Amino acid sequence: MRKLSRREIDMSLTKSAITATTSALALLAFAHVANARDQINIVGSSTVFPFSTTVAERFGNNTDFKTPVVESTGSGGGLKLFCSGIGENTPDITNASRRIKASEVELCAKNDVKEIIEVKIGFDGIVLANSRTADIINLTRKDIFLALAKNVPDGEGKTKPNPYKTWAEVNSELPAIKIEVLGPPPTSGTRDAFVELAMEGGCKKVDWIKAMKKSDKQAYKTLCHTIREDGAFVEAGENDNLIVQKLEVNPNAFGIFGYSFLDQNSDKVQGSMVGDVEPTFENIADGAYPISRSLFFYVKKAHIGVIPGIEEFLEEFMSEDASGEDGYLADKGLIPMTEDEAEEWKSQISNLENLAL
Amino acid sequence: MTDNINILIASSNAKRQSAERSFRVYGIFAIILSLSFLFIMIGSIGLRGATAFKQSFVQIEMEIPSDKIDADNIKRARFGKLLKAALRDSFPDLKSRKEKKQLYKLISSNAEYSIRDQVLQSPEIIGTKAKFWVRASSDVDMYLKGYIDTNIPEDQRRISDLQLSWIGKFQDAGQIESRFNTRFFLGGDSREPEQAGILGAVIGSALSLLVCFLIAFPLGVFAAVYLEEFAPKGKLSRVIEININNLAAVPSIVFGLLGLAIFLNFFNLPRSTPLVGGMVLALMTLPTIIIASRAALRAVPPSIRQAAIGLGASKVQTTFHHVIPLAMPGMLTGSIIGMAQALGETAPLLMIGMVAFIVDVPQGITDAATALPVQIFLWADSPERGFLEKTSAAILVLLVFLIVMNLVAIILRRRLEKRW
Repeated sequence: MRKLSRREIDMSLTKSAITATTSALALLAFAHVANARDQINIVGSSTVFPFSTTVAERFGNNTDFKTPVVESTGSGGGLKLFCSGIGENTPDITNASRRIKASEVELCAKNDVKEIIEVKIGFDGIVLANSRTADIINLTRKDIFLALAKNVPDGEGKTKPNPYKTWAEVNSELPAIKIEVLGPPPTSGTRDAFVELAMEGGCKKVDWIKAMKKSDKQAYKTLCHTIREDGAFVEAGENDNLIVQKLEVNPNAFGIFGYSFLDQNSDKVQGSMVGDVEPTFENIADGAYPISRSLFFYVKKAHIGVIPGIEEFLEEFMSEDASGEDGYLADKGLIPMTEDEAEEWKSQISNLENLAL
Repeated sequence: MTDNINILIASSNAKRQSAERSFRVYGIFAIILSLSFLFIMIGSIGLRGATAFKQSFVQIEMEIPSDKIDADNIKRARFGKLLKAALRDSFPDLKSRKEKKQLYKLISSNAEYSIRDQVLQSPEIIGTKAKFWVRASSDVDMYLKGYIDTNIPEDQRRISDLQLSWIGKFQDAGQIESRFNTRFFLGGDSREPEQAGILGAVIGSALSLLVCFLIAFPLGVFAAVYLEEFAPKGKLSRVIEININNLAAVPSIVFGLLGLAIFLNFFNLPRSTPLVGGMVLALMTLPTIIIASRAALRAVPPSIRQAAIGLGASKVQTTFHHVIPLAMPGMLTGSIIGMAQALGETAPLLMIGMVAFIVDVPQGITDAATALPVQIFLWADSPERGFLEKTSAAILVLLVFLIVMNLVAIILRRRLEKRW
């Protein structure tokens, strides 16, 4: 009797396997006629991600629209997806921690994404920070370049592999500790901006290199943008929390990350001065701190009116409550634009003006 | 002569016994070492994550004026201003804007929505003065849990002396309470650590695994049955077998790329959904299931087949009535192990857009969703200090999920297993 009932269980299992297949196939068929997307889809930069998500959450709470889905794909990856075409299967908005490139606008146009609205949301500073237990140091961009570049000028108009082992060798005013910098990998937008603003900024200070920019741009870029690979610069992955933890245990090391991480961890790490300027909220906002970049997002105009809520989302993002000086994004570490600049952007955006490079 | 042999045996015996003893010691040592690693890992995660299950609440007394809050349209009403005014009333001697801002930062920036929801539930309190318990902000919560060192200079910590004095006053008045954090289990993700919940990710994972199971299990079992019982054994079947074995070792990101190319770009299925996630995970677990199912089928004694055929059953009848039921426990165990593997995957989900910030808890397989390991990754990557404990707590939830799945596998095997 008992055996029989077990047998029945087994039979029903086999049968359920067959039903499962059928239902799986039915499921696939149904999925195809899934209703039109009613949720804004945002992709792009991991630097803008914390800000974009905060606005998205507020937007979902304050309105009857669904909360937008925000993916962190990196600026380049986001623009690639964004420019892949028009339609519900492409994102409506992409975040970028740099401005869109001409080549990307071309790619967009090729795929029928011809009208794009550009939105600037504010600034982000990139800081070189170390543990609170160590002293604050004062660097110039040239120091940063000399300490971290793969090849450095040898003083006779040529280059040599970077020989510097300690900060004091780079600049006698700096402490005699080993150069040890933890930074983001090449896939990161923070790395791009750091290389462009800090490294190239310091590189240009050498006259003959500056002259080279005109004569041989490729060689100039290679020299200024290549970071040393002999262990002095450690790629610490995309996780900035990890860098903060490592700095805590190693007071001689420095880390490179966005201002928002410094802001959140000010009890553990301190930002180094660059060119006598401290990386504070005010200094980044008024442009005194040299390593800062603008943050943007781009909106597909063809999707406005098709995907519900895009205009309202823009409104929320540009509101005083969000990206204003005392807005909730400032609490998250975003450095707002000056009032004049913000007004200008607001009027451009409310008129839905197209991007012009 | 015998003496010599005895000596030989005795000496070799001593050698063999010592080899056996030392092998046992190595074995025990290895087990102790791995157990201690496991213990340290789970212990440290548990210690760090335990505090995430508690959340500090602040009691705010607040007027709900009927002229400002429309009883018919509570959802639209903005409670933020009223809440700020109520906070200011509790500390009337504040003047500067900066001080007021610090005061507002004591409570969660999402508190106005929780007040709205409470009013929505009991609209009769409109027009009266009511007491609300709202979440403390993450900084305050971190301080109350002892994560903020107040001995370091004021400008270096995220909570000021003034805020500390307010917290002290609230505590003296019994207006701060630590409660079980139900929202962590019943809410979706949030940018504010005090508000963030895991339910969206748990449901996302469950839905993905459901889709994965519905596709991979029948496909895998039928493929295995055909290959094992029906397919002619030849060069072709050997090539297929080798390929299936190789597929099981392909890095999971490759399946993500495949999913992106086929499901999203070609079939135009919706991005970031458990449907596509489950399909990609199904591709990934299919080889594991086929291999496990074939092993289970092979373990069924040939006498069963011969007896069935001997009594006149056809090949299909033999397979479906006798062989598959006997192999079912092994097949199920293999599938559940494959799915447990799929549960921990983030790489393939990255390509199909499931690594995303999603607040709404998914209602079905075509709603945008994320998965448990993805949620852990996203929280670990967030700047806010409060997400540290949430990350560990999410890992604990993932571990519990895994343990439950493995338990199901064990129970199913026990119930269905037959012995000869």
